[in-house]
Amino acid sequence: MTPPDQAGIVVVGASLAGLRGAEALRRHGYDGRLTIVGDEAYLPYDRPPLSKHVLAGELTADATTLPQSPSLRAEWRLGQAAVALDRAARNLHLADGAVLPYDKLLIATGAQARPWPAGSGGTLSGVFTLRGRDDAARLRVALERRPRRVLIVGGGLIGCEAASCCRDLGVPVTLVDPNATPLARSLGTLIGGVIVECLRAAGVDFRPGTQVLGLEGDAEGRVTRARLRDGSTIEADLVIAALGATRATAWLAGAGLLADSSGLTCDGACRALASDGSADSAVYAAGDVARWPIPLYGGRLVSVEHWGNAVEQAAHAARNMLAAAHDQRPYDHLPAFWSSQFGINIKAVGLSEGADSLAVVHGSRASRRFLAVYGRQGRSIAAVSFDQARWLPAYADAIAAGCPFPPILDATDQIRIETLAPGFPPPRRSDEAHHG
Amino acid sequence: MAEDTLFAEVLDQANRSDPYPIYARLRANPVSRQRDGSFVVSTHAAIRSLIFDPRLSSEDLPPSHRPRTGNPLKDWLLNPIKDRIATAHRPLIFRDPPDHDTLRGFVMREFSVPRVRALHEPVGREVDRLIDACLGRDQVCLVEDLSYPLPVAVICDLLGVPETDEPQFQAWATQLATALEPDARHDEASRHKTVAAFDAISAYMRNLIRQKRRNPGADMISGLAASGPQGKPVMSDFDLISTAILLLVAGHETTVNLITNGMLTLLRHPEELERLRADPERAPRVIEEVLRYEPPVHFRTRKALGTITVAGQTIPKGAPVILLFASGNRDPARFADPDRFDPDREDNQHFGFGGGLHYCVGAPLARIEAEIALVALCRRLVRPRLMADPPPYRTGASLRGPERLGIHIDGIV
Repeated sequence: MTPPDQAGIVVVGASLAGLRGAEALRRHGYDGRLTIVGDEAYLPYDRPPLSKHVLAGELTADATTLPQSPSLRAEWRLGQAAVALDRAARNLHLADGAVLPYDKLLIATGAQARPWPAGSGGTLSGVFTLRGRDDAARLRVALERRPRRVLIVGGGLIGCEAASCCRDLGVPVTLVDPNATPLARSLGTLIGGVIVECLRAAGVDFRPGTQVLGLEGDAEGRVTRARLRDGSTIEADLVIAALGATRATAWLAGAGLLADSSGLTCDGACRALASDGSADSAVYAAGDVARWPIPLYGGRLVSVEHWGNAVEQAAHAARNMLAAAHDQRPYDHLPAFWSSQFGINIKAVGLSEGADSLAVVHGSRASRRFLAVYGRQGRSIAAVSFDQARWLPAYADAIAAGCPFPPILDATDQIRIETLAPGFPPPRRSDEAHHG
Repeated sequence: MAEDTLFAEVLDQANRSDPYPIYARLRANPVSRQRDGSFVVSTHAAIRSLIFDPRLSSEDLPPSHRPRTGNPLKDWLLNPIKDRIATAHRPLIFRDPPDHDTLRGFVMREFSVPRVRALHEPVGREVDRLIDACLGRDQVCLVEDLSYPLPVAVICDLLGVPETDEPQFQAWATQLATALEPDARHDEASRHKTVAAFDAISAYMRNLIRQKRRNPGADMISGLAASGPQGKPVMSDFDLISTAILLLVAGHETTVNLITNGMLTLLRHPEELERLRADPERAPRVIEEVLRYEPPVHFRTRKALGTITVAGQTIPKGAPVILLFASGNRDPARFADPDRFDPDREDNQHFGFGGGLHYCVGAPLARIEAEIALVALCRRLVRPRLMADPPPYRTGASLRGPERLGIHIDGIV
């Protein structure tokens, strides 16, 4: 029996990373008290279906609850956000005033959607972000009312998936993105060009290379129109701001940790770093919120906002939380994500940032079925597949092994490999606004 | 014993009833070069890595080569053309992307979930009919009485092949299946027999397809032979014939082993037979474990198109590669206590249906047939006992299974 006065392990964040981390603690033999804190009132749920099946109406938002291990035995504190962390006293403060002591803490608070700025029309009704279950449910209801036109701001994964869903529902869509193509930052404009073709074929009004300056509403405060930097306006009664996410670290202000909107910085073993750079052996982080030195890419600090990382990093952090100080293992991971949009299954591995070359190694861009590899200074660093995922594991292995670029020749269905420029936009200036 | 002759031992009929100790020796070296220059891949990790490697080609079947007929015109003109066509339109298990994908797409569309799901009832009826036919006997031969006729009846019905024609292509099917056996592939006489069987079954299929086009039914061949959007056939006639032949042969030569191996394993583990009798819900677990423990297909061969390094061993370009699935299934690095038959095993990611892009298209069908057959056998055979252990085996080392499986019974309920 757990002694009632034992502080035990507290997990902050009741989403994928939090749940999988908690399960991993039990799997590694932790038998003590285990508390999971979540700011939403829901048990952990799965996000990938929200921008796909839930928007499409194939699945209700409440059907996304994640399966849980029967041996989890956790105390849930749901609907209570963590508001402060007192590391000296090892206390976690919740919004309702409760104070939870901990012996070890796993921070998995994730990220939040970057909202449309209030001063530029963000308070109008009909303006949505898409990150959580409630967002998806509300957006679904709004789509069922058949908007005259949906404006999607931002052609990242969420923006593109939402555009695809809206077109499947027969709703007119305008997509605005500051770059020449969608997904330009993650895949480059060469591959992004394939998405542009899909957008056009699906009847999406795509406006590249421009930005939405502001949203305007009617007398009732409902959004009606957007003004663009190129001087044009778009009549739209529903707006989805798909501007990416910021890390949920505001509650850590005052905790003396290296945390800001790009994440909570950790050491290689997933331990949170204090302001002086020392690791706090009682505080770990995993998932979207964690910013950590990735060994595969020379120890660069990254936060990986993908499903697979949430699962693996949480399990790894859990393992280290239970291990002795001399047995802290470094976390290594090959980032990966998938997306389905416009009837295409996209899968990618690795970090394409800094790529200087690209080779289509299977299939062709024209057929929208291909596998392409990204190279940097002669090494293979990332790969993406459009409806051609089956060989991706071989390329993932090659990337993890640091193989030369391109890594695999003499494949069954390679005719000729052409090396191209991936077309990444220049890095964002730190002062550059995302939109608005 | 030299490591580079271990695979020859696998092929040796003397080891057919229990090749697993040889597999264990092979696994000492995950990728083991054989004296003939081929490489045997025997660990789960190495197989897994290679089935997702685009440098491994399935187009490793030797080109079709018809024997001389004595008719100079045929030998000079007609046979080379026929050989080229047969080589270019090999069935999709011997094809690489992108052709493989196109053909597989057509087959998958016909192997639809509703169509396979709808088979539960007819398969159940057929199983009961076959067991009823044994009423009054005190012994049965499982292969002859059930494991062979059941999948044949099912695949004929699915494809739309009249079952009354079945006896004439039974021998062709057996001969064509030898394309998976290294010994038969390298034997000139056997290859000529295969060509003859292929020509005969092709003529049969061509005729059947013509009938289906005139008079389409709800069956798979009618579906595959149907016209596409522009009124053109979706598949070339040569591909259609080779695909129909493949499905027919696969239906004849694989599920029979799954059912027989399953019953043999249960008879060797009577407590598991009892548990399945008492709780038919265990059937999916039992079938998955049979697929791991005694899979119907033990290995498939490939060819390396480039130099591949796997598990520290380099496979040179052009080398034949043997993916020893049945050995990966017994790899202690992947499965705890791998030589134990344990249907309660968790995380049973076996290679019973192969893996990667050539993963068995008929897997859902095979599962249904094997589940229904094993449950019915456990329920209806009274006190079943093996007549001989090990039973006599068929010659195939890849498509491995008993030739006969005699079972003493005290009756049928």
